[in-house]
Amino acid sequence: MSDTKYGKYGGQFVPEILMPALEELEQGYEKYRNDPQFLEELNYYLKDFAGRETPLYHARNLSKKYGTKIYLKREDLVHGGAHKLNNTIGQALLAKYMGKTRLVAETGAGQHGTATAMAGTNLGFETHVYMGAKDTERQRMNVYRMEIMGTEVHPVESGSRTLKDAINEALRDWVSNVENTHYLIGSVVGPHPYPMMVRDFQSVIGNEVKQQIMEKEGRYPDSIVACTGGGSNAMGIFYPFIEEDVKLIAVEAGGKGMKYTKDAALHSASLSVGEDGVLQGACTRILQDEYGQILESSSISAGLDYSGVGPELAHLADIGRIIPRVVNDDMALEAFHELSRVEGIIPALESSHAIAHVMEAAESGELGELVVINLSGRGDKDLETVIGLERRG
Amino acid sequence: MRLADKFNELKNRNETALLAYVCAGDPDIDSTSRIVDSLIKGGADIIELGLPFSDPVADGPTIQAASERALSAGMNPDRYFELVANLDVQVPLVCMTYYNLIYKRGIERFVKDCVSSGISGLIIPDLPAEESHDLANCCSQEGVDLIFLVAPVTTDERIEMILSKTSGFVYIVSRLGVTGTRTDVTAATSDIISRVRTDIPKAVGFGISNAEQAAKIIEAGADGVIVGSAFVDIIASGDNVNKRLEDLTTEIKAVCRRD
Repeated sequence: MSDTKYGKYGGQFVPEILMPALEELEQGYEKYRNDPQFLEELNYYLKDFAGRETPLYHARNLSKKYGTKIYLKREDLVHGGAHKLNNTIGQALLAKYMGKTRLVAETGAGQHGTATAMAGTNLGFETHVYMGAKDTERQRMNVYRMEIMGTEVHPVESGSRTLKDAINEALRDWVSNVENTHYLIGSVVGPHPYPMMVRDFQSVIGNEVKQQIMEKEGRYPDSIVACTGGGSNAMGIFYPFIEEDVKLIAVEAGGKGMKYTKDAALHSASLSVGEDGVLQGACTRILQDEYGQILESSSISAGLDYSGVGPELAHLADIGRIIPRVVNDDMALEAFHELSRVEGIIPALESSHAIAHVMEAAESGELGELVVINLSGRGDKDLETVIGLERRG
Repeated sequence: MRLADKFNELKNRNETALLAYVCAGDPDIDSTSRIVDSLIKGGADIIELGLPFSDPVADGPTIQAASERALSAGMNPDRYFELVANLDVQVPLVCMTYYNLIYKRGIERFVKDCVSSGISGLIIPDLPAEESHDLANCCSQEGVDLIFLVAPVTTDERIEMILSKTSGFVYIVSRLGVTGTRTDVTAATSDIISRVRTDIPKAVGFGISNAEQAAKIIEAGADGVIVGSAFVDIIASGDNVNKRLEDLTTEIKAVCRRD
């Protein structure tokens, strides 16, 4: 078996029932990841189904206003409205090559569930998506989208009724149906080989940026900024730049502030203030109480609302290769409006955290003169949330 | 009492062990010792006392709900060890919990707390043998059994590896899925029991809720049957709990006694 760890993080902390499935998945991935036919088919779907490559857009108005040259990597233009399809197409195709007939997935905002529904339907899978009941309420349009594509959406009523609980339920489904089912994890989290595999499928983002920025600017950017919940869009854009002299900034959700109640954090900043622990298959930084019980997390954006973070990001933060930063709900909301007004692009509330950080930090010069923001998703899905918040005042 | 001694004692009496699981602190902290007493009175040979975790991925809705009730009642590792230390019982106690609670407390401290409170063994469903190195070392130093699980999908190669690491007994998961009551005992259960070839006692769990199912498991070659969700269901009902726990235990224990 290959190394399952990133420094002290990662590993395979799962019930014995899943160990053979993880081994099978690892072998399947090793077999096909460099297989010419698999790659050709994957590239076909990424191009003609997902709509890649996505533009690297010079945001002139934003650049002018904030005094630094800002590019947006337009993952909001991927089919489905977010970067999530890069990974779901990759994993669904892999599952097909491995002979699986059924997909299960968890979803927070519904973006990953939607992307799983798209890939699953297109490739002929029976698809089941688990979604926290709180999220099915705040992301109704995504539930409809999944259902229209023939996917069964299971609202999860247990625990905090959010992403963490949806993952637990999806894991339980997989444990019960492991022989014909692939669990399509949507972020760089969970047991090995998921963090590696999802990172690899999402690295198409960073690989494109490398080429595009060389064409446009003749050099790599000074910094790359990406929002981070589990961390898939961040790892996707960061990974190809790990060895380069580029500042990599992971922006986490600061929610309503860096405060806590008895069993909940008012934020989702596990990379910034979490402590080492084991959650959902991996050792990583997590939000937990003094006994190791997992705290509920909080954020205005369902996609960042998670108590853990990808183990490789935890490792990269440990060794100082990435810089974690925190942006709270109000700042994200302001950035949501700012990009909409200034550039005519409505960003997802998740991506708005990355934008907000650039708005805040550009002036100080710490981001340098050339900045790339991963615009990981579009904001249409968030209109109801935003309008609701503003009506309440 | 060590688990090996208990299994030996039962073997000499030609009995199969009945392992009863309940979650400590469900529905409240004060009830647990009475609940444990009822199980032992009914004939339970080993008590598996769950230390509740917020995210019990290997458990079904029944035990997840029990964990939530226990956590709301204020159960935590400090209170757990205090409660265990105060139990006045003559049967081995096994702690079933998830790895993060051990990791967070510190492996050495957790295992020492087990020893001083009277826990004989540990079952950690989210800790496969591959990740168990540090805990296994500490357990073996302190004389606490670390019990590993095998499942119907576990390959023969892995079974051998797991058998080389487990101590006290080996926990055979009877079927795919999570804990919870079920209506049948499948061919897969007999298959996995027969594939585990060892002198280490074999205890079978997941989905066993009545005497009839227990009898089938015993016939298939188990040295122990593990019953959990059926007891937790009784606790959750709040209806005549102690009497019904004792009755169900008596009923299942009856099929564990062979002539």
